[in-house]
Amino acid sequence: MAIFQARTWLSRSFSTLSSHPLRVCVVGSGPAGFYTAEKMLKAHQEAEVDIIDRLPTPFGLVRSGVAPDHPETKIVINQFSRVARHDRCSFFGNVTLGSSVSLLELRELYHVVVLAYGAESDRELGIPGEDLVGIHSAREFVWWYNGHPDCKNLDLDLKNTDTAVILGQGNVALDVARILLRPATELATTDIASHALAALEESSIRKVYLVGRRGPVQAACTAKELREVLGIKDLCIHLQEADLPKTPKDEEEIKNNRIQRRVYELLSKAATTGPSHPRSGQRELHFVFFRKPDRFLESDERRGHVSGVHFEKTVLKDVGDGKRIAVGTGQFEDLECGMVLKSIGYKSVPVDGLPFDHQKGVVPNIRGRVLHDTSGDATLLEEGLYVCGWLKRGPTGIIATNLYCAEETVVSISEDLNLLASKASLPKPGREGLLHLLDNRKVKFMQFSAWEKIDSTETRLGSLKNKPRDKLTTWEDLLKVARE
Amino acid sequence: MLLSKVSKGGLWNWNWMFLRQLSTPITRAGYIQRPYSYSYSYTHYLQPLFDPQKETKVVQGSIFQKHHHFSTTTTSNASKEGGEKKESISVTFVDKDGVEKHLRVPIGMSMLEAAHENDIELEGACEGSLACSTCHVIVKDMEYYNKLEEPTDEENDMLDLAFGLTETSRLGCQVIAKSELDGIRLAIPAATRNFAVDGYVPKPH
Repeated sequence: MAIFQARTWLSRSFSTLSSHPLRVCVVGSGPAGFYTAEKMLKAHQEAEVDIIDRLPTPFGLVRSGVAPDHPETKIVINQFSRVARHDRCSFFGNVTLGSSVSLLELRELYHVVVLAYGAESDRELGIPGEDLVGIHSAREFVWWYNGHPDCKNLDLDLKNTDTAVILGQGNVALDVARILLRPATELATTDIASHALAALEESSIRKVYLVGRRGPVQAACTAKELREVLGIKDLCIHLQEADLPKTPKDEEEIKNNRIQRRVYELLSKAATTGPSHPRSGQRELHFVFFRKPDRFLESDERRGHVSGVHFEKTVLKDVGDGKRIAVGTGQFEDLECGMVLKSIGYKSVPVDGLPFDHQKGVVPNIRGRVLHDTSGDATLLEEGLYVCGWLKRGPTGIIATNLYCAEETVVSISEDLNLLASKASLPKPGREGLLHLLDNRKVKFMQFSAWEKIDSTETRLGSLKNKPRDKLTTWEDLLKVARE
Repeated sequence: MLLSKVSKGGLWNWNWMFLRQLSTPITRAGYIQRPYSYSYSYTHYLQPLFDPQKETKVVQGSIFQKHHHFSTTTTSNASKEGGEKKESISVTFVDKDGVEKHLRVPIGMSMLEAAHENDIELEGACEGSLACSTCHVIVKDMEYYNKLEEPTDEENDMLDLAFGLTETSRLGCQVIAKSELDGIRLAIPAATRNFAVDGYVPKPH
C-alpha cells in the first residue's frame, strides 16, 4: 500500500525540479475554488495555495445558494474546511478581485492564478416591463432568504398579493417555489435568514406558477427536487393533462436521458392523481408549459408595480442537431400576479484584464486554460491563468460537477508546469506579496479564523432559536464579529 | 484442542471459546446489528463497539452456524473457507488510474466507509446522507451487481446526477458489505480518463 502511494505521489508531484515553492492563487471560495485548491495541494506537494473571496464568509453558493431546507447538501463544507485549515493553504476573505487587488497584480504575485468566482449576475429577458417593482431574479430572492449581505435589503413585498409567477422550471425555480409555499413553521428550524422567515410568516402568497417555455419532457429540474415539492403537505398540485402527451420527438429525446425520463414520469403521475378541490387557504402550485413571457403588465392601482405577465403560447420546433426550441404561435394569455421571479439562468461578471465571451457569459478557455480572446485560437493562451467552475463552463451543474471540472483544470495546470520546469522558473512573492499589497491598500482581509468566529456566533445564536444557525446578514455584523 | 473442549462442556463452553478467539471481529461484527442511519456522519461507524449485550447476541447467531462446521474451526480470525458466515469480505477497488487495491471489509460497513478507512480516493461530499453522487462506484461484474438490493428512489435520484453513470453504477455509501458480496470489484469513475467534463449527462442545478 505504501508503495502504491509513493508511486502516485511521484507521478503527480512536480516541484522537485524547482527550488522554490509553487505559488497558487484561487479566486473564489465556492465548490470550484475549494476543489481546485484541494487538488492543487495534493498534486503539488510544495505548492502554497491562497484562496481569496470578496465575502468574509467562504463556501460560495453552498452557503448562499443551497436552500435552507437542504442541510445535507451543505455537509461538503466539512471537507472544504479541512482544505482551508491545511498548512499550505490560506483563506483571505473580504478581498475583492478588481478593487482590493487587480488581476494583473495577482498574475505578478503568483505562478498560477485560477479564477473560480462563479456567476453573480443574471440573464435578462429583455422584454418590456422588466424593471417594474415586484420583479426580481431568483438569484436575488435566494440570496435574500439565505442571508447574503448584498440582498439583505431587497425590496420584497410578500403581502400585496396572493400569486407569484416563477419563470423557469429548473431546480432553482423549484427551490424558490418551495420556500414560498412551505409552511413557515417548517422553515423556522432551518438556517433560513431571520428577516426572510419573518417576512414569509406574514406572506399572503398562496398560489405559485412555475412557467416553462417548453414542455414537461424538457423541464430542467431533477427527480429529487420534484419529488420533494410534490410531497409537500397540504399543497395542491395543478398540471394540465393536455400538456403531457409525448410526441415521437419527445420519446426520442428522453430515450437516452435518464434524468428527463424520471422527471417526466413524476410529472405524469402528478397530473393523473389530479388536484382535489382546494380547501380555503390551501396553497397551490401550478406547472404551466409552453408559455413564453412577452411582456410584463403594469398595475393600474399601483403605478410602477407588476400586475401580471403577458404570455405567448409556444410549440416546439426542430432546429437541427436534434435540438428543439420554443417558438411563438401568435396566441396570447395573461397570468395575474403581484410578484415575478425570473429563474432563467445566472451570468458571470467580467473583470479588467480578463478575456470574456459576452455571448456565452464565460471566459474563453480550453480545458481550463484561459485563451487570449474569443477567436477560438488555441495557441494564444494567457500564461499562468486558468478558470474553473461556472466561470469556465457556464452556470450549470451541481456541486459535484465542480469536482470533475477542478480535476480537468488541475491536470492542465500540471501539464503546463511540467513544460515550464524545463526552462528556469522565477520565484514569485505569493502570499507575502499579497499581504504586503493588501496592507498598503488598507484592505482588512479576513482569515479563516475570522470565519470560524462568525460560524460559532451564528451557531450560538441559532441554538437560542432552535435553528442550526442564525446567520449574520449585514456587512457590519459580519465584519464586527470577524474582527473580535 | 477446541473439539475436545466442546465435547466436554457442550454448547456453553463453545460459546466462551468462541468469544475468546474472535474478540476483535465481534466488535466489528457489532455493525450487523446497528441500523444504518443516514442522519449520522459515517465516521460514527469507525468507532469500535464494545457493547457486551450486542456481542452475546451476535455470537449466539454465529453459534448456530458454527455448529455445522466443527472441522473448519481455526484459532485465528482470518476468513474461513466454506459457506460459513464471514465477519469480513474481500473487496477490490480499482482507482481512477486502474490501480487495484484489495481490502477486507467488515460485514455491515458501507463501501464509502471502507474506502476512507483504507485511504482510497473516493469522494463523499455529503458523508453518506444521500444528498450527492460523489461516492459513485461501478460494480465491475453484473453477477455482483445483481446481488445488491434495488436502489431506493432516493438513491436513484442521486444516481441520475452521477458522472459517467453506467448500467452497474451504485452509490458507495449505499452498498453495504454482506457475505454474498465477497470478491466484489468496484471501479471509481475517472473524470479525465474517458469523459470530457461536459459529458453525456446533462447537468441541472
